[in-house]
Order: sequence, then C-alpha cells, then structure tokens
Amino acid sequence: MSVAKLRVFRGDAQGGEEKEYEVPVDEGMVVLDALFYIQANYDGDLAIRWNCKAAKCGSCSTEINGKPSLACKTRMDTFAEGETITVYPIKAFPVIKDLVTDVSWNYEVSKKIPPFTPAEDTEWIMYQEDVERGQEFRKCIECFMCQNVCHILRDHNRKDAFAGPRFMIKIAEREMHPLDVLDRREFAREEAGVGFCNITKCCTEVCPEDIHITDNGIIPLKERVVDKYYDPLSWLLRKIKGK
Amino acid sequence: MEKYETHTHDVIVIGAGGAGLRAAIESSAQGASTALVCKSLLGKAHTVMAEGGVAAALANVDTKDNWETHFKDTMKGGKMLNNWQMALYHAQEAPERVRELEYWGALFDRTKEGRINQRAFGGHTWKRLAHVGDRTGLEMIRTLQEKGIHSGIDVYMECTITHLIKDGDRVTGAFGYWRESGKFVLFRANAIILATGGVGKAYKYTSNSWEYTGDGHSMAYEAGAELIDMEFIQFHPTGMVWPPSVRGILVTEAVRGEGGILTNSEGERFMEKYDPERMELSTRDVVARSIYTEVEQGRGSPHGGAFLDVSHRGADYVKRKLPSMYHQFMEFADIDITKGPMEVFPTTHYVMGGVKVDGETCSSTVPGLFAAGEVAGGMHGANRLGGNSLSDLLVFGKRAGAGAAAYASGKSHAQVSAELVEGFANELREPFNNTQGENPYTIHQDLQDVMQLYIGVFRTEENIQEGIDKIEVLKQRAETLKIEGSVMFNPGWHLCRDLKSMLIVSEALARCALARKESRGAHSRVDYPESDDEVLGKLNSIVSFKDGAMDVATRPIVEMPEELSKLFTEDK
Repeated sequence: MSVAKLRVFRGDAQGGEEKEYEVPVDEGMVVLDALFYIQANYDGDLAIRWNCKAAKCGSCSTEINGKPSLACKTRMDTFAEGETITVYPIKAFPVIKDLVTDVSWNYEVSKKIPPFTPAEDTEWIMYQEDVERGQEFRKCIECFMCQNVCHILRDHNRKDAFAGPRFMIKIAEREMHPLDVLDRREFAREEAGVGFCNITKCCTEVCPEDIHITDNGIIPLKERVVDKYYDPLSWLLRKIKGK
Repeated sequence: MEKYETHTHDVIVIGAGGAGLRAAIESSAQGASTALVCKSLLGKAHTVMAEGGVAAALANVDTKDNWETHFKDTMKGGKMLNNWQMALYHAQEAPERVRELEYWGALFDRTKEGRINQRAFGGHTWKRLAHVGDRTGLEMIRTLQEKGIHSGIDVYMECTITHLIKDGDRVTGAFGYWRESGKFVLFRANAIILATGGVGKAYKYTSNSWEYTGDGHSMAYEAGAELIDMEFIQFHPTGMVWPPSVRGILVTEAVRGEGGILTNSEGERFMEKYDPERMELSTRDVVARSIYTEVEQGRGSPHGGAFLDVSHRGADYVKRKLPSMYHQFMEFADIDITKGPMEVFPTTHYVMGGVKVDGETCSSTVPGLFAAGEVAGGMHGANRLGGNSLSDLLVFGKRAGAGAAAYASGKSHAQVSAELVEGFANELREPFNNTQGENPYTIHQDLQDVMQLYIGVFRTEENIQEGIDKIEVLKQRAETLKIEGSVMFNPGWHLCRDLKSMLIVSEALARCALARKESRGAHSRVDYPESDDEVLGKLNSIVSFKDGAMDVATRPIVEMPEELSKLFTEDK
C-alpha cells in the first residue's frame, strides 16, 4: 500500500491555509475516501459535503489539483506516484469552512424560473423521441461545477445578471417539454441573461453527467430568444401590438 | 444558555427525501404553515440514489395488472406480516401518485403509445415499474423539489434535528442545530412528520448515504413511540464488491429486470436451485441469501461475489437502459458491463421496520407525531419488493401531510420549557467540553463491524447475542466522546449525535432479531430455518422505551377483512 500526500485547504470566510496530510492508498480509492481518512485519523472537524459517494448526488464538488471535480469520482490512481494532491473548495462561491462553500445563491435563482406549465386540457401522451431532449437536462445532479467554471460567474462574478449554465438548461428543459405551454424567452433574456454566455463551453467540459449544456441547451435557447426579439416579422408585430 | 433561533409553524417535516417533500407539499396544500427541515442541501437526500423505478399498477405495458395483484404481490413479498391497510392504500393509490408526478413535470420513459413505460422487477407479477433509465429517484426528487419550492413551504437546509419536544403526551416541537454555524434552533409546531429515511450507516457495507443514521427511529423511540418489526432489514442482493472503496454501492435490480443473469464461479446459473420459477427476478431476500450461500460454499467470484451479466442484451441497449450502471462500473472498477459480467454481493439497503403508524393518517403512537417513507414501519412486512419504496413514499408522504395538517388545524402552540432546551443544548455540547473521551469515528467503525458481522444476512442465537453484548460495550464507550475544533460545520461533532441514534437502532435490530425464533423474509435464522406461519407469522415485534431501557414485545397482527383475505385463497 502506497502513501499519498494531500494538501487540503483549511479555513473559513476570513481566510485559511493548506494543511498537509499523509494517507495510505488502497486499490480503487477515491479522493473522498482520503478525506474520510483524514477526518477519522487526523482532523475530525474537516468540513466537506457529501452524500451518495457514487457520483449521483453532486454534493462533493471540489477543486482537485486546480481542476473542478467530484471528490467521490476522482480516483487516487489517476495521480502519479509521489504527486502531491491539492484539494480546494470550488472558487465561484464563498467559503463557509474548509471545502464547504455557500451555494445558496443557486437555490434562489432556481426558485425564480417559471415552473412547468401544462395546458388545462392536456392529454398526457408524450413520445420517447420528444422527451429525450428534456431527459438529457434532467440528468443534472446539481453539483454546480458548471456554475463554478463559467467565466461570467467565476471571473466576473456577474451573479446579478447571469443565472449560469445550470439554470440555462433548466429553462431549456421547460421550454422543450412537449406539453409545456409557457413562453420563457423573455425570462431567459431579461432575468436569466442568456446573452451573457459567449459559448466557451467550459461548462460542458466539466459536466460529470456529460450533458451537452452549450450545444443542446444554451445555443437553442439563444436561438429561440433571437427568433422572438430579432426576427424582423416579430419585430414588426411587436411594434404594431405595442409590446 | 447561548442564544438560539425560534421558528413557529403548524407542521414541521423532518427530512427532504421523497416522503418529506411529498408530505410538505400536501401539508402546505391543506393550508398548514409548513416547514421542511433537512440535514443536507435540498435535492441531495437518499431518494436521489433510487435507480430502478417506482411500482404502480398503471397497466400501461401489461394490461392485466390491477391494484389487487399489486396488493397480493406486496403482501406475499412481505410474508404476510405487512400492515394490510397500508399495503392496500399503497396498491390502490400508487398509480395516481405517479401520474401526478407527470402533471408536475416529470419525464418518465415512454411506451410506443406515448404512455409511461414500465419494466419487470423481482416479485412483481407484471411489468410494473415506471422509470427513467436507471435514475428514477433523481427524476422523482427533482420533480418534487420543483413542486415544493413553488408551494409556499419554508425550507431549512443543512439543519439537523436532534430532539423532539413534548407537552404531556403530545409532540409540540423539535430542537436541533444549523450544520453550518453550529448554532441551535428551536421549532415550535403542532404536528411533526418524520421522514428521515433509514439506518444503513450502522453497517460497514451499505448502499446508504451518511444521512442514514436512524435519526427518526431514535427520536420517535425516545419520545415514547413504538417501533415495529425492527429485525427486518433488507440486504439488497447486488451491491458492488470491488474495488474495496466502492464496496456496497448499489447495482440496480433493473440489471436483472432487463435480463441480467447471475452465475457462480462454475458458470452455473445458480438461481435455478433456489427459485426455478422466478430465477433472477425472485424477491430480494431470496436472491440475497442465494448469492451469500454460493460464496459461503466456495463458488464465489475472485473478489467474493457472484457474477451478474447483462452484456448479452447488446451495448446500445445496456447504455440506454442502464446508463448509470455503465458509468459506475467503468469509472470505479474499470469494467465495461456491455462486454462482460459485474461482481456483486448483498449490501445493506433498506429497513422494513420503523415507527409504527396508522395507515390512514401515518400518525404514530404519540399524538402529533407522524412518520412516512422508510422511517415508518409496517408497509413492507418482512421483505420489501423493489420499486415499492418509491411508491410508498409518494402514497404515505401525501397521507402523512394531510394527516398532520388536519391534526394541527385549530391547535394552539404550547410553551416550550427553557430548562428542557438548555438540557438538550448541554447534552449536544458535551463532546467539546470533555477533556477525555473516545473518538466518535472510531466507535462508528466498530459499530459497523459489529452489525456487519453479527446481524447480517444469516443469524443464529449465539451470534446475535454476541452482537448485543458488543453493542452494550459500544454504548458505554459512546457515553464519553471527545472532539476537536469549533462548532462551525464540524462533521466530528455531528457524528456524536448520529452515533447515538445508530446505537439505538442497532440495539433494536439486534434485540428483535434475537426474539424472532423463525425465518421470515429478510430475517434468516440458521437455528430456526423454517417459517412459523401459525404463531410467529401472526405476531409483530414491538420496541418501546420502558423504565429507562429497551423493551421488546410482540403483538398480534391486525387480521385482514374477508374480502381481502379471499384474494389469497382464490389463488390456491
């Protein structure tokens, strides 16, 4: 059994520092196991969120060697022998303690998105090919790593103007639901700031569920918004109707 | 004492998995001011991990299905120990509860005709499980979460409830702490719904998350409520075996539902010996025992499990129907399940036993205290069928919400004694003040070893008694715990109280297992291998807190009315 060196951020909103730990490595072990070892043997108060330990709940998002990752999914054998492994909290959200950040903003944004709205006399028939687009977005485990790597949120901190990739696909999912009758294009443009996304696809790259956030979610959403606001015919109609 | 917040609501729901969310939605819809209090962030509860599907006799695929058949399957699967009234409501109401999710935006997989698709599962006569690939739980929790946040519910996330408060006989509040700040919080309420899930973290190998520490079971017990049939804990037949760090993680029954075949090291399809009729789709208790026996008798896979192979269904089909399993094995075990078999072994999965409730309203034996979902007992009897937990939490979540809202209506809030609250606070802070004491993580690991070893798939009087003796020692050791650090987001401190809950449920499990001298469903006694249908099969185990100790008694089951018992004799 080899021994790995981890340097883990310990601190809170006031600041902190790296602390080094040595952890024995067993076959198939993941970084979250190493953090459990630290809790049980060195520092019982090391704070990390986790739930399922099977990459299904999206709780243990951290930055491992600078790369946003689920700690439960990052295997220790992906690091070279003797390589020091750093574990930091995700950067786009304020630190509460150690690896735990304040992600409450996401829950506030989520609540603002107009819910699924079917017609009153809906007949509940939907075909597989029609639900698949929505099902892709509904695989989202809300790890918020896409929010974490989005330039608009991470580098420019424009949480006031842009809802972020996670919520772009939530809006897209509602819009693409075969039985939904609400129009969320104005919401997507005005409230959620879909125009801020400049399609660098960082969100797609980091998604642990392999959701094509940009190609299947944000770009079609942008197109719908464009259709509404910049299509000459719609523009004329809006002028006439005074909307 | 230090300052604490107070919140006042008509109804408090503790736990935000499927049952808690469904209960809160209903309670709020009935006009009650409703709070939902959960240990994790919203949407992370254990329901998120449910994979295979939700059982409901929609009859979309097998048109002969109906509630009578679902009711019979459930009772037979539970070895007739189930609370028949719960099994009846469950079978009758599950279809509407599932359709309701669709009305709220859920996107289930479809049949060719555009209806909700259904798949086969162990113990179900017909194809009955509505599903979304193998991530049905995620779909359900997102749908309920969405409905919930637009239902006027106050959500208190990352808040742990540690004590229930009573005024005379009646429950009037709950006390706990914010995980983030470590500060205390008091909830005053006229009704409390426990929806805290199960107890699997008392075991070393489990499919359950850290939250499954039996909080609701233990708080109900301490508040004087009865627990029922605690000896029945389900070992899911197929948990991952290798590598060690993922041992116990669930391999969905949908693998077998989609045609997966179990074999031993000799290439023998061994289920032919144990249940030739149903084979891999036998009930979970039978399949778990069969795999265990094969390994015990030296016919196990290299890492001590059985082989489970679904690769004959073709790579495209497997990836479409079992995407999570495909990724899980690829990423954690370097195994491509479209090309070859998985290795599986039973893992602690679900507790059938729980707070004894009335099927109509989900009220416990303590006025004002309700329970729904896994924390409630009775619905599944001695063994739960796959898919019946997701339907259980919808049906009884709604019933508990309605029951609690009706009970709370018109009642005025009781005063909470400051002395009582101070006592709770002092108890919780003790591990910070102790200059000497045990590390809670060490005791937790020791408890997990004891439960794994002594209260497992097969049991004997001797090993259960040894387990109880060891639990007694652990209880003594856990009297004085010591932890480091501050009150802010301190997992070591959080574990101190969780450990107490796990010790209570572990003791209840062990003592009930000792008392039931027969084999029934998930409870397999090597020294009493037969089922005693005449006497013991007609008795529920009842656990209660009496004179400062745990009391285990039996009580006759409630007999079914004739029009229902007739359903079973017609079969013969």
